[in-house]
Amino acid sequence: MTNGNHIEKFQDPGLPEHIHRKADHDEKAAKKAERQVAILFLLSAVGTVLAIGSYIFMPQDLVIFIPIMGDQNAAQLCLGLGIAMATFFLGMGAVHWAKTLMPDTEVVAERHEFRSEEEDREAFVATVKEQGGSAGLGRRTLIKRSLGLAGGLAALTPIVMLRDLGPQPKKQLNTTSWVSGTRLVTDPGDRPIKPSDLEVGAVAQVLPALKAGEERTLENVGKDAVLLIRLNPNEFNLDSERLSWTHDGIIAFSKICSHMGCAVALYEQQTKHLLCPCHQSTFDVTRAAKVIFGPAARPLPQLAITIDSEGYLIAKQPFTEPVGPSFWERNTK
Amino acid sequence: MSQKERIAGGVANYIDERTGAAKWLNKNLKKVFPDHWSFMLGEVALYSFIILLLSGTFLTFWFDPSQRDVIYNGSYMPLQHVQMSAAYASTLHISFDVRGGLLMRQIHHWAALLFMAAIIAHLLRVFFTGAFRKPREANWLIGVGLVTLGIVEGFLGYSLPDDLLSGTGIRIAEAILQAIPVVGSYIAFFAFGGAFPGHVFIPRIYTVHVLLLPGAFLALITIHLMLVWYQKHTQYPGPGRTEKNVVGYPLMPVYMAKAGGFFGIVFGVTAFLGAVASINPIWLYGPYTPGQISAGSQPDFYMGWLDGLVRMSPPIETHAFGHTISWNILIPGLIVPGILFTGMALYPFIESYISGDKREHHLLDRPRNVPNRTALGAMSLTFMMVSLINGGNDLIATHFHLSINQIMWMSRIGIFVLPPLAFVITKRICLSLQRADRDLVLHGRETGRLVMLPHGEFVEVHEPISAEKAWTLTSHEQPRAIPNVSEDVNGVAKPKAVRNKLRSRMSVANAEQAPAATATEAKELEGGHH
Ligand code: HEM
Ligand code: FES
Repeated sequence: MTNGNHIEKFQDPGLPEHIHRKADHDEKAAKKAERQVAILFLLSAVGTVLAIGSYIFMPQDLVIFIPIMGDQNAAQLCLGLGIAMATFFLGMGAVHWAKTLMPDTEVVAERHEFRSEEEDREAFVATVKEQGGSAGLGRRTLIKRSLGLAGGLAALTPIVMLRDLGPQPKKQLNTTSWVSGTRLVTDPGDRPIKPSDLEVGAVAQVLPALKAGEERTLENVGKDAVLLIRLNPNEFNLDSERLSWTHDGIIAFSKICSHMGCAVALYEQQTKHLLCPCHQSTFDVTRAAKVIFGPAARPLPQLAITIDSEGYLIAKQPFTEPVGPSFWERNTK
Repeated sequence: MSQKERIAGGVANYIDERTGAAKWLNKNLKKVFPDHWSFMLGEVALYSFIILLLSGTFLTFWFDPSQRDVIYNGSYMPLQHVQMSAAYASTLHISFDVRGGLLMRQIHHWAALLFMAAIIAHLLRVFFTGAFRKPREANWLIGVGLVTLGIVEGFLGYSLPDDLLSGTGIRIAEAILQAIPVVGSYIAFFAFGGAFPGHVFIPRIYTVHVLLLPGAFLALITIHLMLVWYQKHTQYPGPGRTEKNVVGYPLMPVYMAKAGGFFGIVFGVTAFLGAVASINPIWLYGPYTPGQISAGSQPDFYMGWLDGLVRMSPPIETHAFGHTISWNILIPGLIVPGILFTGMALYPFIESYISGDKREHHLLDRPRNVPNRTALGAMSLTFMMVSLINGGNDLIATHFHLSINQIMWMSRIGIFVLPPLAFVITKRICLSLQRADRDLVLHGRETGRLVMLPHGEFVEVHEPISAEKAWTLTSHEQPRAIPNVSEDVNGVAKPKAVRNKLRSRMSVANAEQAPAATATEAKELEGGHH
């Protein structure tokens, strides 16, 4: 390159010569292609007959066994296969037709640079400048600024008008239905429980008992769901306050994951771990649901429990912290 | 003139006399489209979108987007007398009591997966071949908008039946909203009309899923295709193909027939999947309640990478001044995806800044000839794959007998180590492929035939490659790096020295190439041989 010699590149040999298909010059081959296309279209027609036929005539509850796929609803299957055949072969026919019988000589079209002729471009640029200038936006700063203000403000209206989509959160994220003395009842079933109903090693999902005339909403369940787990009291590894929140080896945690709110549903008896199936956050029951694995940053809130005069399990006090995922206003010590 | 020709002529005349569009129409009916299998990926996306519109409309005739409580009494026995939302009950109704209903639900879901897969494949093809370069940046931006909206649309659709699995997805989306600093709990309460789950969310997302977003898709796809039309399609390099021409087939009749036929094929494949492959059997999950969960919950694949990022994120929250910031949600849920998608949208502009190339491009790149871009693409793909794989960590754990802990640490390390590694390896592969091309042009194809020379030495016979092939392998551009000019001719330091230096560095990396073979070199070699 440095010796000044001209480096010669390879040259473009141009478009290779077109190779004709058999059907282009052989009438027999063309006839054959035509027949193939027709067969494809006919297969499509068979598909439609199958689809409509099975829709109308096949009993809806006929179940057939197909190897690999298992039990299948016959009507559903035949309808689907019919539609699939009808559309697939219609398409195949069209493509085969295009490939074998329609003109296949490549065509060369010119392409022009998008940039216009210099003269036109300059005229255009001048027009834009001039039109913009004659409106005087550049000079009339008062108009420019007030227009900006008005435009910006106008865009606020649609946002403001979304305000009534919902109420303010107020304290709703901080509270649950549990108050001191609320009985724990089974979910499902709504039956109050005694410690003796739970064997050591068992888990139960509970909800707060409803007051007369109250209905349980999903919003409540989403905050109130609690898991009860019974261990041997000596298996706990808790400070004295948290230990006093348990009763007879029974410990209660919010079932709503402190990460993103899924139901923490899996309890491993051997390890005494609670596992959230959503992102596998794992909580150690013996250590007040301390996070031992996964993305959750906080233990599951513990509910203090005891028994009432009739021996049924009750909440000693409300949760001392909000349950569920974090939010900006959450104030943890 | 035959009867048919007379009719065709009549139609053409009729149209022209009422629109004066004869010239324009004539030109466009003869419009030339280049042919390549990879140009069909965008078409698959388009066709699956049409299938989504058709099957989705069918579903709207029976779906009841309401969270009002009902007691189920349809023909699916296991859920008889169970309390559930009207949305869930109507989905059961479609699945069990509307003929072809289940089929349409399954076609709709399969088409959604196909749609996302096709857009992503199309995006990759556009990226790796450099089709996004000037003048097609606008279409790239529209494309990025389409993938983003596609993810949202898919998530919303999946959430509509209000089953236990999808409700859990909504719960997680709510937690992401709630985690936004300062305004999060307000946004969540406004979106859900109060506390989660409320009674308004499904009706609201229904409007978005069937009206707002499909409208946006239609508008964007229309502009997208008009631009493809107007700017004319790009083509792969080869003999006879230049920046100044388009080599291919005319719209009428070849492309019409092929495109229409291809739509039928895509429809047929989707219908086949809908007929034989069960997808999202919501009756097995039960109605949604926040107190329950179905084990092994997995989102659709286009959401899976987000889930994987959330799963591998370390448990960090900040508690200060009475406020909580959940980095464990914000980083994987909003910040990282935000950076990824912004970077993707800006890529055409970044590349043109680094290379200093402001010209129009209509010939596509072979990925190996742009090692830096190809390596960057491989790097991003690797990042996505690690996230996606971690999104299935529970399944992988049970399948390969690993602990979740092992997989999480592999992912946490992998997400930082593997993408750069992929970059380095891909770049090397590209460069060695370039050298291989060079060798092929200069030394010809190895034939595997050995001949004995007069003095007894064995050599393999190399067959020279065709002129067409030689042109294809050598016609690409050899970019030059932008020099780092920190001083002007008078020795005065230029402003923005740091920026210039950075740009020049990146430009050098971007221009790294194995030189293409030239005819001169080939001749010299030939001379040496004889
Ligand atoms: C609903 C989704 C989409 C549809 C229906 C669609 C459809 C199409 C079609 C039919 C073409 C012409 C043929 C082709 O090159 O494949 C095209 C071209 C193009 N698409 Fe898309 N596309 C979609 C999404 C995207 C995405 C996600 C991107 C990238 C981020 C993108 C960027 C482009 C570009 C830059 C072109 C021009 C390429 C060229 O001329 O070679 N599109 N699109
Ligand atoms: S919601 Fe429980 S781990 Fe994420």
